[in-house]
Amino acid sequence: MQLTEEERKEAVEKSREILARYDGSRGGLIPALQQIQDVLGYVPAEAMREAAGHFGMPAVDVYGVVTFYNQFRLTPPGRHQVKVCMGTACHMKGGNIIMESWERVLKVKVGETTPDREFSLERVACVGCCTMAPVALVNETVHGKMTPTKVDGLYFSHQLANQQKKEGMPE
Amino acid sequence: MSGKVRITIDGKAIETAAGEKILWAALDNGIYIPHLCSIRENHSPFASCRLCFVEIEGYPGPVTACTEGAAEGMAVRTRSERVDRLVRTGFEMIMSNHRTECGVCPKNRSCALQKIAKERGLRLKPGRLEKLDRNLPVDDTAESIIYDPNKCVLCGRCVWTCKKTGSGTLGFAKRGFDRMVTTFLEAPLGESGCSGCSACAEACPVGALALKR
Ligand code: FES
Ligand code: FES
Repeated sequence: MQLTEEERKEAVEKSREILARYDGSRGGLIPALQQIQDVLGYVPAEAMREAAGHFGMPAVDVYGVVTFYNQFRLTPPGRHQVKVCMGTACHMKGGNIIMESWERVLKVKVGETTPDREFSLERVACVGCCTMAPVALVNETVHGKMTPTKVDGLYFSHQLANQQKKEGMPE
Repeated sequence: MSGKVRITIDGKAIETAAGEKILWAALDNGIYIPHLCSIRENHSPFASCRLCFVEIEGYPGPVTACTEGAAEGMAVRTRSERVDRLVRTGFEMIMSNHRTECGVCPKNRSCALQKIAKERGLRLKPGRLEKLDRNLPVDDTAESIIYDPNKCVLCGRCVWTCKKTGSGTLGFAKRGFDRMVTTFLEAPLGESGCSGCSACAEACPVGALALKR
């Protein structure tokens, strides 16, 4: 994921600001990363480097922590956030097929964001509506009984809506 | 560590330093116990490979020899039905996602997995388990070492060594089946700030990190 110069600068500045509140003891690493994600929406490489420097540990170990926990994301969230349920019920009902379908239409892997920042794709555990398994969320909207063709449909209608918005908004 | 203690391993009387880990006491005395993850200089062993199980008289169940310190009068057995079962299953699990291509592997004949299989009469085929190849790209970007993550058994020896004597480039990342030894942002070794000391290749018990020939 390419970040803009501005995003990079913001990442470094915000991370420094947050890290300054922590003394160097390693127990602060996870809370600091969480705060960074709260502010930036994700944990960019710059932030991991800053954190590594602050806590006096190799950068790869910060990367290890960030990739270990599902709650951290490495790429900026997209304008539309797709979350595919991989909870027990959805798993049994083929949640992975739904995930693959999203990966196919969006051309990104789970945990990534499309280059135009339009969509990001994540996995979540049970979202609480197992009777509708398999479930996917687009932003806050729950879509139940998902199928690969429904994925295509959802993607298509988003594209369409976007296009209409563009056409309806002459510069 | 205070003085010497006497223990027996498989009936053989052994004198060793008090608190010396059973694994090293055994190996020093020519008794083989399977092991992948232990490093003698590391005094807080990871005990992650789960292959070094032994029975100790008076203990309810098998324990890992790399974490158990010798104490006066300990009677250790390196084999039992329970031990063999644990080792066999552990070994099968490791082999189930180890890319086995001994014929072309730089560690052929010096590989710890081959040694364990030979010593314990185990097969390199994962037996009851399905083979799961992760199909990750082989990294040959570093000058002197080649890294094939598909062969990695996640013992952690390279990571420990890299932090101790190398540039601290290697670490663990991800979780579960995706767990891997890698660098910051999974950069290829050649671009990762690796100093090329190749201590990791020396530490690797299998063919995952090896010197380029
Ligand atoms: S498992 Fe998917 S909603 Fe419960
Ligand atoms: S050598 Fe004891 S658990 Fe690996």
